[in-house]
Amino acid sequence: MRQLNRLPTAGRTDQNKVLNFTFNGKGYQGVAGDTLASALLANGVDVVGRSFKYARPRGIFGHGPEEPNAIIQLGSGAATIPNLKATQVELYEGLEAASVNGWPSVNFDLMGLIGAFGRLMPPGFYYKTFMYPKKLWMTYEHFIRKAAGLGSSPTERDPNSYEKLNQHCDVLVVGAGPAGLVAAREAARTGARVIIADEQSEFGGSLLASTQLIDGVPATQWVAEITNELGEFKNVQRLPRSTVFGYYDHNFLAILERVTDHLGISSASGPRQCMHRVRAAQVVLATGAFERPLVFAHNDIPGVMLASSVSTYVNRFGVAPGSRLVVATTNDNAYQTAIDWHHAGRSVVSVVDSRTGPSGDLVEQVRALGIQILEGHGLIEAVGGKRVRKALVAPINPEGSKVTGPVKSLACDLIASSGGWSAAIHLSSHTGAKPVWDETIVSFRPGESKQKERSAGACRGTFGSLEGLREGASAGAEAAKLAGFGSGEVQFPTPVIDQIIEQPQQALFLVPHNKATSRAPSQFVDFQLDVSAAGIELAVREGFESVEHVKRYTALGFGTDQGKLGNINGMAILANALGQGIAETGTTIFRPSYTPTTFGAIAGRDINELFDPERYTAMHRWHVENGAEFENVGQWKRPWYFPESNETMQQAVDREGLAIRNGVGILDATTLGKIDIQGPDAAEFITRMYTNSYLKLAPGKCRYGVMLKEDGMIFDDGVCACLSENHYLMFTTTGGAAGVLSWLELWQQTEWPELKVYFTSVTDHWATATVTGPNARKVIAKVCQDIDLASESFGFMDWRDGTVAGVTARVFRISFTGELSYEVNVPAHYGRHVWEQLIEAGAEFNITPYGTETMHVLRAEKGFIIVGQDTDGSMTPADMNMNWVVGKNKAFSFIGKRSLERSDSIRENRKQLVGLKTLEPSAVLPEGAQIVDDPNQPIPMAMQGHVTSSYYSASLDHSIALAVVKGGLNRMGDIVYCPAADGSSIAAEIVSSVFYDPAGERQHV
Amino acid sequence: MLLIYCPHCLEHREEEEFSYGGEAHIARPLNPEALSDEQWADYLFFRKNPRGIHHEMWYHAIGCRRYFNATRNTVTYEILETYKVGTQPQITGADV
Repeated sequence: MRQLNRLPTAGRTDQNKVLNFTFNGKGYQGVAGDTLASALLANGVDVVGRSFKYARPRGIFGHGPEEPNAIIQLGSGAATIPNLKATQVELYEGLEAASVNGWPSVNFDLMGLIGAFGRLMPPGFYYKTFMYPKKLWMTYEHFIRKAAGLGSSPTERDPNSYEKLNQHCDVLVVGAGPAGLVAAREAARTGARVIIADEQSEFGGSLLASTQLIDGVPATQWVAEITNELGEFKNVQRLPRSTVFGYYDHNFLAILERVTDHLGISSASGPRQCMHRVRAAQVVLATGAFERPLVFAHNDIPGVMLASSVSTYVNRFGVAPGSRLVVATTNDNAYQTAIDWHHAGRSVVSVVDSRTGPSGDLVEQVRALGIQILEGHGLIEAVGGKRVRKALVAPINPEGSKVTGPVKSLACDLIASSGGWSAAIHLSSHTGAKPVWDETIVSFRPGESKQKERSAGACRGTFGSLEGLREGASAGAEAAKLAGFGSGEVQFPTPVIDQIIEQPQQALFLVPHNKATSRAPSQFVDFQLDVSAAGIELAVREGFESVEHVKRYTALGFGTDQGKLGNINGMAILANALGQGIAETGTTIFRPSYTPTTFGAIAGRDINELFDPERYTAMHRWHVENGAEFENVGQWKRPWYFPESNETMQQAVDREGLAIRNGVGILDATTLGKIDIQGPDAAEFITRMYTNSYLKLAPGKCRYGVMLKEDGMIFDDGVCACLSENHYLMFTTTGGAAGVLSWLELWQQTEWPELKVYFTSVTDHWATATVTGPNARKVIAKVCQDIDLASESFGFMDWRDGTVAGVTARVFRISFTGELSYEVNVPAHYGRHVWEQLIEAGAEFNITPYGTETMHVLRAEKGFIIVGQDTDGSMTPADMNMNWVVGKNKAFSFIGKRSLERSDSIRENRKQLVGLKTLEPSAVLPEGAQIVDDPNQPIPMAMQGHVTSSYYSASLDHSIALAVVKGGLNRMGDIVYCPAADGSSIAAEIVSSVFYDPAGERQHV
Repeated sequence: MLLIYCPHCLEHREEEEFSYGGEAHIARPLNPEALSDEQWADYLFFRKNPRGIHHEMWYHAIGCRRYFNATRNTVTYEILETYKVGTQPQITGADV
């Protein structure tokens, strides 16, 4: 297939390697070294997408990350990638791409009809039109999104893999254009560890499209030599295809390296992308500049491009995207495009220069080639449909504010426009440096440095090649020195490069039209979001003054290109409309990401089973083998219940609960937090942390305690055992273990460092089996001979050292079921052995393994709270009806004590823990249900409290619930209601929170 | 992401290893019962929120598990010094 616009000169491509690809379903050929954009231009594809709001046909406009129009969806199926810029996609064999906008096709777009009604869609259109009625917003949004067509996400799993790499370096150089390359070389020479990253497929930046000579050789050859030179340094890492997309605190930068993207959408070899997380001692930013397009009427018609992009396609890719060129400029630089186009053998119709008497070196070269220069003219309008057909030009006044003469028409099919250059200050802006407007270069410069970085070359507003090279070298040497390497002096001679004399440019952004802006054909500022000059002026007329408000109202700069082309023009037009300068109008703060970043790369390998660790107890395999269903408790996997044959969960929980109440059950309680506390001041310390006292707790004894935060609210609870003098074991809730340890360390280290006490987390060191039920003693007796189990010698809340199933054990008589219980703790590695021995010993009593659900039901029958379920961080011990656990007469004012006397803590009508018994025994209240006195009152109802725990109790043959109710302890016997969403409600009686064995006799036997 | 020098480990470590502990140098009243509700609330709830120099606690949770103090600029996030609990900062608000 013939590539219409392919030149005989190859540039950086290899014309012998032909690559086949499809775009919007149609087959094309390109060559190795092409981007998708250059290949499409080579094939004469003019329309690559439709605009966001007006669905106007759009063509390729730029050649890099600034591209606003050629947004494509790459590939299909699981590995498809939306919203890529065709200018940044390297061509490979078999590439499939499609426009993200435009239905049914970019050449015949139904939505294009809306374009004809463009004037009906001013800025703020969506706000003004779709706000009411509110309930229809979701419907509107659906259609807006469909029309906007911003690509589609894959619906299947991404089959690719992604990596993350943490790196340190002394000097990170961002950008491998002329300034970056010499900076890296200077830094490398000192021995500093250097990383140099560039977003393009090869190093060289703007030099890849340059026709200049450096050190007497073509620029691309000079680039190849210095790139090889860098490769010979062992201390240099070169990263092409790597975008530094974010500059974060303390010189932490993130780099997205596209490792195999250029080989195809789902490469078999290696990860697709790698995210480098780099901590750099010093940074050199050499990110270059973006050319700024001129804003004129219908400047969005395909065939209007940036001047530097035209040169890049000609020189670097060997593609001439048209035949008859008009250059519109405010500066000398764009004359180079006329020269490049002329040397490509194509026709330059005219250079339209807004200035009078241009006379720089490039201008003279163009004159010498016999090319027409229209000075003091503006290109006021492009004419065409799906491709430019002609340019309308007219003389303009020196201020560039109005047309002063007759309009002429120039037949052409390509317009290259240049309004000067904008420094790429994005990364500097990420650090918080506030950009500074510089009238002399008509660009922002990076603001005062907030981190260990400096900018060099074009991104610092230094647009000349020689000065850029000098700055780059100095920046590299300085960065190395500040990182501790070298003298800071530049060592290599400055490369020899021809100085080009340039005349000053004109600060012109919006080219005047012979009609007023509000009446002229649309003059686009932000192509991606269809923001026009008239729209910005309208926003000002409607009263918007702040640049931040205008941006949000018009959506200027809100596309995926972050306004790389449009923001400065937009601000200039805004400043003009407000009658003030750009500096007063403000600036635009760029934030990460510099270009869109794949979620896959951010996630890396931290997905699936590697997303968060899972913790298993020593008995876990047994639970799996015996059919347990599991519940996540923090990171722990805990057995939830053990269904037999076809049992439902409720049936299993009923059976397990009855077995414990009438016989014996066994629970894996390993996950309970355990903190070993030692030291001469251990008892004093523990007493300060809990509400009750441990000063007189003797070895062999246990005590239940509640821990408060300093605000008096319950934060954790558990049993603490005295193991020996100055040695304690503190049990915490499963979920609270880590928090409690940090809490203890906080107070010991920051408030009472004089207390000699030491903490060790021993949760994982012990496996715990709880044997509970009336037959528990008989089971333990079979496997433990060296402990006297008689109640008189080993009573409730005692613990003993001994041997269980041949293993050294600590046995605690503490109970969460209200039944006779033994918690057998053995070193973790013996956990399964001891568990199985206990199961075997209990076989004759039908010992029943149970899980967390039955545990919860049985403790609720006893009215035992679960911190975090029955409490929510706003509950005092008094609220939980647990004043018995508060040692009011302790010598030391324990943590939280003073807060218990605060006026809010002692006020009437606080929510208090009570039991609820439904009038209908089988109706189980939903946990979280709100409680009201009158279910027929109008909404919003007066809430009296809420249900915290609710179960069906098989032992009581009745539904039970725990709840917090305002003043509940004084409301015993009252009937309250829990309304449901469907209008029904469940009635319940307020009762004591202790439903079962209120005297607590069963655990004492 | 911050890079924090732990005065106990004597090296810079990534922020991921630390957790934030709030304002430093707040001594717990020796006799809480002697305080009015207002005075107690001041200790309990009220914290500085300066623009600029802030002395704050950090906890090397995934490291030595020691608390220490840092002087941080809340505008730039620059950490100007770290020092052990019980010692005083070298840099105070007046210095910047």
